[in-house]
Parts: sequence; C-alpha cells; structure tokens
Amino acid sequence: MIRLNDLKEINGITILNKVNTGKTVTGAYTSDLLSDVMANAEEGSVLITIQAHLNTIAVASLCGLPGIIFCSGRNASSEVINAAEKEGIVLFSSRYNQFKTSMIIGKMLEN
Amino acid sequence: MNNYIYTDSLRLQELVYGLKIKEVMTRDIFTLPLRAKMKEAKQILKKNHITGLPVVENSRVLGMISMNDVINALEKGSMEEPVTEWMSRDVQVLSEDMSLSFAFSAFNKYPYRRFPVVDKENRITGIITFRNINLALINKLSSQLNELEHSSGENIAAERISGFTKVYTIRQYDFENGGKASAEIKKILKEKKLPDTVVRRAAVACYELEINLAAHSIGGMLGIDINSRRIKISSSDLGPGIENVDKAMEAGFSTASEWIRSMGFGAGMGLPNVKKVSDKFNIHSESGVGTMVRSVIYINNQ
Repeated sequence: MIRLNDLKEINGITILNKVNTGKTVTGAYTSDLLSDVMANAEEGSVLITIQAHLNTIAVASLCGLPGIIFCSGRNASSEVINAAEKEGIVLFSSRYNQFKTSMIIGKMLEN
Repeated sequence: MNNYIYTDSLRLQELVYGLKIKEVMTRDIFTLPLRAKMKEAKQILKKNHITGLPVVENSRVLGMISMNDVINALEKGSMEEPVTEWMSRDVQVLSEDMSLSFAFSAFNKYPYRRFPVVDKENRITGIITFRNINLALINKLSSQLNELEHSSGENIAAERISGFTKVYTIRQYDFENGGKASAEIKKILKEKKLPDTVVRRAAVACYELEINLAAHSIGGMLGIDINSRRIKISSSDLGPGIENVDKAMEAGFSTASEWIRSMGFGAGMGLPNVKKVSDKFNIHSESGVGTMVRSVIYINNQ
C-alpha cells in the first residue's frame, strides 16, 4: 500500500502542494484525454497526465482521484494549485514522460 | 433505430413559433435623444454594461449607436460630436407581435447583435438580444419538460419534499469554470448519501454535458432535478445544433476544434459517455436551432 506522501520521495518527482498527503493510493490511471479519465479511472487512483489545467482538477475531483502527476516536467499555475488545494487533491510534477512515470508508479504499487 | 431520439411533443421549433417577440424582449431600455453627444453614449453604455443604444425621437428609432461606433469616435477624438454623426441609420427593427422565429432569422441574416422592437405604430417598445431568446426558451423548455414528466406519471409531488432543482448557465468556451456545476451537483448528491456508483454516474453525465455546452454550443443551460427515485440532468442550448445526431452518438466522432482537443476533450467520447451512465437517455437536436439532452439515473436501481 502506498500513500501520496511516498510519491514525493521518488527521484524526479516533486510535490507542488501539501494537502491530504496521507491519503492512500489504490491504483493509477494514465491518460491525457479527460473524457477517458472520466469514464474509466477508478476512485482512489492517482492520475498520470500532461494536462495541467483547471479541468484536470475538476475531473479528478469528480472521479475521486486523490492525486495528479503532471508529466514531462510540466508545472501547474497558481490557479491550478489553488483549485487543487480547495478540492484536497495533491499535485506532483514529474521530470519523466507519462510512460516512464507510469512504470515507476506501477512498480511502487506492485510492491 | 434512433431509440434515443425524442419522438414526443417537445420540439424546439414549435417553441420558437409559439412565443412572440414581446413576451421575450427587454422592455426597460436605454435610448439616446437626437441631440445627445458621443460622450453621453459612451457613459450610458459603460455604466449599464450594454453594447448598443437606439437613437430615438418621438418614440421613433432613427439610428443605432454600438460600442464599435463609440470606439471609432474615441480614436478620432470626436466625443463632443452628436450621435447623429456616428450612428448607423440603416436600422433593422422587429415588430413586437412577430413570432420569435422572425427574431431568429434576423439574427442569422444580419450582423447585428440586438434589434429594436416596435409596436404597430412603429414606436419603440423594447430591445431583443440573443440572451433574451435564450432565457425565454429555457424557461419554456423546463416547464414543458415538467409537464411531460407529469403526464408520464414519473413525477409524484410528494417526492419533491427531499428533492432539489437547479439550473446553471454555461457560457461558450468558458473552460475556466468548466466543472463547477458538476462539482456542486456531486457535493449535493454526496450529502444526500446516495450510493457512490450513482454519484459517479451522475457526475460523469453532468460533466460531459457541461463541457459539451462550453465547447460546442453558443452557451446554454444545465438543469438538475433530483427526487427520491431518480436524478434528471438536462442540457439545452440554442445552437448551432447537431447536424447528424447518429454520428454524434458514435464513439470517436467529434467536430471539436484543435484547441478543444488540446485541452483533453473532443475525442468523441462525451455523448456516448453520457448515454453509457444513464438509465434513460434522450437527445433532440435540430441544426440551426439547438440541442436538448436529457439523462435520467435511477437511484435504487443498482
């Protein structure tokens, strides 16, 4: 079992805000298509994506996703960070692309 | 086939013909006298957040001053000049007893965003904008929907006690606020302690419809109506309408622009997603008129 807190220990992944970091991560979903996330992501999953805007926060909140990892070094604007804080969603920025990030999270979830 | 297409009496076009312009227009309007100067036009426009003013003498419309005219006059330093120097004299008026369909075609035919409305004696009685039409049709549509429900016996008054009804306005291309209505709806459903799957399905339907309104329509309304048996989510807009509803229901078909796609939408999953999570799903659309979608999710039917 991993917690959001554990993700920030990964080399190459930085945490962008500090809310609810004790929450458990039960899975992960990788997609840049928000309608796909909406339709298929399971509650409790962390979202791995390059979509770093307000709608990503809205989708994560509606689907009950506790964390989002923005890939390829994408950062979030202060607006996005504020919105995430309001929704209690933890944001991360990963230096790696979606595939590499997914591999790293996948390994963590397996252990 | 087409089992999701409305076959009952709910027809947007009938509404457009059934309403008169005077039922819909704004009556409380600002006008300019002939001797007014451009700077006065500017002040009135600015103070009241409007974009056009009729120039009127003895209740007759002689011209229109738009925000553009004011900007042009500002650039030339002509704010002391009378409005008669700058107004457009080629004014198209609509008669208050015409059906709303005339207003519709006028908006399509002319580049203007507002029309002065006159009575039989050609005296100005109001102004009509697209916003007027939008609001009026939404009101009419929601009352028709309620009647429909009533007649199909789906709605029992007593059930409304713990119910909830709200209509949200969604503006075109307003992705910044995209999801606000859905988030609020989800919160309400959670507070009602509904099963998680029901909440999730309703949230998906709401969100996709909300994004559709922002991405594809000129703006519209998202309505939610909850009673103890079901959640009903309806979306309605006044254009541009879907050319081919069957195609729009196909997974993967989309008419979205590059910009919308770059935001992570427009992959042709929206309407199919809504249908997938709904127990009942209707869509009715007419090209050039508008689109209505209704999704019903039963609460105890899991």
